Amino acid sequence: MIEIHDLHKYFGSLHVLKGINLNVEKGEVLSVIGASGSGKSTLLYCINGLEPVQQGKVVVDGTDVHAKGTDINKLRQQLGMVFQQWNSFPHLTALENVALAPKIVKGKSKAEAREIAAQQLKHVGLGEKLDVYPSALSGGQQQRLAIARALAMEPEYMLFDEATSALDPELVGEVLETMRMLAEEGMTMICVTHEMGFARDVSDRVAFFHQGVMEEIGPPEQIFGTPQSEHTQKFLANVR
Amino acid sequence: MFDYNFHWRPVMKSLPDLLEAALLTLQVAVLAMILGIIIGLCLALIRLNMRGPLRWIASTWVELARNTPALFQLFFFGFGLGAFGLHLSPYMIVLAGLTFNCAGYLAENFRGGFQAVPDTQIRASRSLGMTAWQAYTRIVIPQVFRIVYHPITNQMVWAVLMSSLGMLVGFRELSGETQFFASRTFRIFEYFAVTAVIYYVIVKLILGASRLLATRLFRY
Repeated sequence: MIEIHDLHKYFGSLHVLKGINLNVEKGEVLSVIGASGSGKSTLLYCINGLEPVQQGKVVVDGTDVHAKGTDINKLRQQLGMVFQQWNSFPHLTALENVALAPKIVKGKSKAEAREIAAQQLKHVGLGEKLDVYPSALSGGQQQRLAIARALAMEPEYMLFDEATSALDPELVGEVLETMRMLAEEGMTMICVTHEMGFARDVSDRVAFFHQGVMEEIGPPEQIFGTPQSEHTQKFLANVR
Repeated sequence: MFDYNFHWRPVMKSLPDLLEAALLTLQVAVLAMILGIIIGLCLALIRLNMRGPLRWIASTWVELARNTPALFQLFFFGFGLGAFGLHLSPYMIVLAGLTFNCAGYLAENFRGGFQAVPDTQIRASRSLGMTAWQAYTRIVIPQVFRIVYHPITNQMVWAVLMSSLGMLVGFRELSGETQFFASRTFRIFEYFAVTAVIYYVIVKLILGASRLLATRLFRY
């Protein structure tokens, strides 16, 4: 379970997260929507400790992410992350991209790591591309590679930071399909997304962020059907 | 009008000595490059990530290495340190001078290389649970090496050619040896012509080897 208590985050004098309180249960799929600059992505970075926080805390399975004694590298193994810019490692083949972290972070043997990698690549539909370098993959394939790379660490949670917004429109579908598949398999997911269709169909809950505040959270039918806050109504009217 | 008679025989007779000296040239250049790469990498990382005196030292190193004549840098390690009672052998003078110079130039190449690798590569590595060290050694530095590979080759060539300055501090590498024989036989042109050919062949071999290595190293 991920518990976020009164989380505040500043970039210099810019107050980007203003007291977020949020719990995400095991097996839940939460979509986070909102305009650019509303703090959605920053929230993900705070959850896996890529950004320090100034007030409040994030607790993952009982471990305080930002506490001094926390082994953050160990904790991050529980939190797979997929970025907007897919960030495949260009100097490694697809298989090596996925096998590297299990080998050097988890200490798996080379053969074991490669087996896990091959399995995960097959899982996301890249079973034919094991020995291909990322430069020979499309954006959608590279994003699925990034998903496989995160899954190879056998995380408890997956954080998606606008996983489809840097993709050409015709490639968005294959990545959403992969995310849908993970949701059906019961993966706990927090998806920052601009894909309203995905948010509506796949999520258990949807959170709407506006200027660093979580204005509204609830089941998709409620957020998309009868949004309470004026900002949510405005935002949804604009994206439709 | 043209009454110079070429005499190649003395040159041919000392060819084995010249080739042995060429090996010494290659040796000192390779050593200087290895040290230069290690130090240059450190200088670049210091300049990119640190503040305070270490950064100042690194910047000064790079500035001096790039903006003063290489010969003066050699003289510093020879006569400069000598004035303070520290006497290095000719070999050490050349090795230290070349290393100093190469490290300065390579540091700038590395700096450009590091800046060309997006920060997001580090974020992605860290998000997988890698330590900062693992992210640098497994993800960032391999990419930097590809970016600076050709500049490193250039620097290697430059190190071989620059080592000829060694003859001015009494080091008998290829040029020093040539100078020695030339002044003994007065066949100056012949000796330096042959030596030029040897330098040319060495450089061509380095470039060829570098190209071959690149096709094996960089498949992406």
